[in-house]
Amino acid sequence: MSWRYEKDISGCGLAGIINTRRELINGKVIMKSIALQHDRGNGLGGGFAAYGIYPDYKDHYAFHVMFEHEKCRHEFEHYLKINYQIDREELIPTRTHPKVPTHPILWRYFVTIKPDRPDLKEDEIGDQDFIVKTVMHVNLNIDGAYVFSSGKNMGVFKGVGYPEDIGEFFCLENYDAYIWTAHNRFPTNTPGWWGGAHPFALLEWTIVHNGEISSYGINKRYLEMFHYTCSLMTDTEVVAYLLDLLLRKHNLPRELALKALSASFWKDIDKMDKRERTMFTAIRQVYGSAALNGPFAILIGHNNGLIGINDRIKLRPLVAARKQDTYYLASEESSIREVCPEPERIWHPKAGEPVIIDLEKEVK
Amino acid sequence: MVKSTIPPMFQVVVDKEKCRKCKRCVMSCSYGALGFTDRVVPDDKNCVACHRCVAMCPENAIMINESPLAYRPHASWTVEHRQGILKQAETGGMLLTGMGNDKPYKIFWDHLVIDACQVTNPSIDPLREPMELRTYLGSKPDKLEFETDKNGQPSLKTQLTPNILLETPIVFAAMSFGSISLNAHRALARAAYESGILMNTGEGGLHKDLYKYGERAIVQVASGRFGVHQEYLNQGSVIEIKVGQGAKPGIGGHLPGEKINSEVSQTRMIPIGSDALSPAPHHDIYSIEDLRQLIYALKEATNYQKPVSVKVSAVHNIAAIASGIVRAGADIVTIDGFRGGTGAAPTIIRDNVGIPIEMALAAVDDRLRKEGIRNQASIIAAGSIRSSGDWVKALALGADAVVIGTAALIAMGCRVCQKCYMGKCTWGIATQNPQLTARLNPEVATERLKNLIRAWSLELKEILGLLGVNSIESLRGNRERLRAIGLTDSEANILGVKHAGE
Amino acid sequence: MPASKTKKTGKTITIDAKGVYYRELNHSIRTALKAGGKEFHLKNINGQRYIGDGLVGRDVRITIDGVPGNDLGAFMDGPTIVVNSNAQDGISNTMNDGKIIIHGDAGDVLGYGMRGGKLFVRGDVGYRVGIHMKEFKAKIPVIIAGGVAGDFLGEYMAGGILILLGEKKKNEMMVGDYLGTGMHGGVIYLKYSDDIKEDRLGKEVAVMELDDADNKVLDKLLKEYCQDFRMDYDKTRQQRFVKLKPVSHRPYGKLYAY
Repeated sequence: MSWRYEKDISGCGLAGIINTRRELINGKVIMKSIALQHDRGNGLGGGFAAYGIYPDYKDHYAFHVMFEHEKCRHEFEHYLKINYQIDREELIPTRTHPKVPTHPILWRYFVTIKPDRPDLKEDEIGDQDFIVKTVMHVNLNIDGAYVFSSGKNMGVFKGVGYPEDIGEFFCLENYDAYIWTAHNRFPTNTPGWWGGAHPFALLEWTIVHNGEISSYGINKRYLEMFHYTCSLMTDTEVVAYLLDLLLRKHNLPRELALKALSASFWKDIDKMDKRERTMFTAIRQVYGSAALNGPFAILIGHNNGLIGINDRIKLRPLVAARKQDTYYLASEESSIREVCPEPERIWHPKAGEPVIIDLEKEVK
Repeated sequence: MVKSTIPPMFQVVVDKEKCRKCKRCVMSCSYGALGFTDRVVPDDKNCVACHRCVAMCPENAIMINESPLAYRPHASWTVEHRQGILKQAETGGMLLTGMGNDKPYKIFWDHLVIDACQVTNPSIDPLREPMELRTYLGSKPDKLEFETDKNGQPSLKTQLTPNILLETPIVFAAMSFGSISLNAHRALARAAYESGILMNTGEGGLHKDLYKYGERAIVQVASGRFGVHQEYLNQGSVIEIKVGQGAKPGIGGHLPGEKINSEVSQTRMIPIGSDALSPAPHHDIYSIEDLRQLIYALKEATNYQKPVSVKVSAVHNIAAIASGIVRAGADIVTIDGFRGGTGAAPTIIRDNVGIPIEMALAAVDDRLRKEGIRNQASIIAAGSIRSSGDWVKALALGADAVVIGTAALIAMGCRVCQKCYMGKCTWGIATQNPQLTARLNPEVATERLKNLIRAWSLELKEILGLLGVNSIESLRGNRERLRAIGLTDSEANILGVKHAGE
Repeated sequence: MPASKTKKTGKTITIDAKGVYYRELNHSIRTALKAGGKEFHLKNINGQRYIGDGLVGRDVRITIDGVPGNDLGAFMDGPTIVVNSNAQDGISNTMNDGKIIIHGDAGDVLGYGMRGGKLFVRGDVGYRVGIHMKEFKAKIPVIIAGGVAGDFLGEYMAGGILILLGEKKKNEMMVGDYLGTGMHGGVIYLKYSDDIKEDRLGKEVAVMELDDADNKVLDKLLKEYCQDFRMDYDKTRQQRFVKLKPVSHRPYGKLYAY
């Protein structure tokens, strides 16, 4: 696999912006920010996640799907219609772009789950579990079809190319969102295929990731115990599934779930008071196989905020900044200054300590 | 008795030029391979190649050679087969042996190679950056629940069942006091205590002098129930039901009366000089629901304060068996592969029954994951872990910890002569003869065992570092970091590893 | 599942165990024991396992109404348990000390690995009774059964005393096949009967007449047994007994080629 050593080794680049008062930010801003990190990628993957972009369909699950050919699109739609009410379906708007010579067929579907879905009889699971099941099924069993976004009022746009080119290709200047994340990829683990670009998404969770998860093998096998299938040949998807498992299914408090992923050192646990020591010891005992090891910086987008976290010995960079109600997270400070030259505060999060930024409660 | 016509296996050569006739070699040999007239006279047929004389000779005057005696070559009727038949024809008995399977079966450890970080992720320097080996043995819940107090402080709500901390994921093998000497047992107990690992009493109880190390002991309950009583059960930190042993799956044990001296007798709670027979099965376990009954009898007896381990030999259907064991309520499953050691086993059983630990471990870890019950029990892998390389591979295949028995014996001085069953161990390990047991200094043996644990742990940390991970959890079950060389597709498939280059 | 109802009248702690799972039942016993309780009366027992498991203390007494579950008195070290009905399998498993009195019949694998204390059964006992009992110095376990016994009585027996009074309720064999097989210690006293046949004995044992020492042992134990069950001692004692002893305590010396 010659792609592995084709170019100078660099790393991936991350950028994220959030306005806690849900004021909308145009796509050009995030494109500009990530473009500054051009040299952290190699043109084999770029992508964005945007929250708050589908206010007219905010109660619909928005499926973004890529198809290799029309036949698999028909197969997918046939499957979808069994259990879902499709209220709108369309090609995702794109423009012809010289730097994006080829691309899969890109569709989006705004759907609701049929209250009387036929599969309901077989397994009575909640809506979100059902979406996860659908996504897993399509990505694994419908050859050539790949659901790359499946949340509400949010969407992922990604492909093979530099992020600034991918952004232009998807006409992101036409989208306004209150949370954006972006990724510039330098693939090492998988060849540059469209599905392999970041963000990885499941339900509302989107992950952009810099680094390589050295613990991937066990994270994957751990997730398989809970019926998550890692099918994308890359390590980042485990993060999305782990978050879904820990936060949604196991209902762990968010700070503690993040501590499961970026585990506290025993040395530090030993120094804690009894309450904390008991808690963190149990987290490592029970969630040891969920711990992410190796170098990583990750931005996690979700419907209520943005989280940044890196590994516990800080092998990957992460910078945070704030200006009024807008927060920025990025791999490089310059990437933030490119779109926010004078932040009020700029800081470097500590290893393994998550930066958690929540949206204010929605005002009706 | 008719004189044996079986030719000797070894040849003892004493260099007359060098020998100063100090007779130390003669005194050191308990097998009767060295006599003295006006000079040292070897009796080759009694030599077992234990090397005690070689080590004791101040002049380096002794050499042990494999017998150069030629047999007419025969690929099928090997020398070993011919010698075995001769011996059986002379005695009418089952051939007996010690240590693990010595046949040249494929050793899968030697067909697995370990990954390393290059560029795309960094290796970590274990000497200067944190590297965590701490491991907890015991059952874990699938998920945790927390509760928040009025100040918004979270605390743990889930009540975990007892887990035992290992500073490094290794435990000493079950070797009973009786099969090995009190000095050897003492060294294992103390080294485990001081290294933060566990020793395993084996089935012969725990000598009262060693109760002070009890919190670092797995106390075994085997079919003979020797030395099993309330106080003993409460001494240990883990209780292990021994169902099987890799070297002799499905058969019982037999400690001959000669080895039941006063100390062994007190610890096993049987009269001096009587045979200690361990029945083949536990007579209160004829079926899996009976195993559950015994597991909970032990938990009730110790008020649910101790994890219960069930040790089984690796046999054909091991994955289903392990699943049954976990569902029966075991907190730990210990699997002993067919190269696992023994103090005494019929050779034919040791060399022909069971399956390799590598296959068994991989199959069990897979099966428990498929059934979603892997959290419910820790897996301990046993049966020929020869180096930290094997250790790392076992962990990556899915073991929570490994067992070392033979390696620990070698650290104490054993030369793997495979004659443990004779009770004549010249190194003072597998014997109860007071003249011989005095040769093993428990202080020195403790230090040597601790050195081995330390050395392997350093190597383990180096390997974690080059894998780019800094805690053992990220290696455990991470088969992605192993590759197979020289294995068939189905072998690699069972092990769950890709081929090198894939 | 209902929680056990515990009531204290005088010194006796009465527990109504109707529908109570063994874990709760035994937990309440252990808790009461810790608080100083000594006398227990368990009512409406049906199948609860491990009663008396691992309990310590010679002054503890448990009376059971109903059929207790398996492993009654396993690992027990001192207490007395009285069962006013039949009991199941695995009684006195690896028991160290204490006494269990069963007023009815009992099941299989009684006294497995038992190293001390007494198990008295008024009626019949099942297969593999007294298997691998062992003794050490003054610690000698005793099992006495009033009725008949199944196969493998005293298998592997390494010590202790087994007595079979052999009272038949119907036309049946007093004792099963493979009697004392593998026995290498201890002694079995049997009521003399034609049912003790050479070809049904383990090859390691032989039938012998009693000597004075044996008679003393029998006097003492049967007196206690008859007292516990309010039986006529003289009538019981005057029956003819024989003993079964291993001919060698090293039955397996020549199995191996060294």
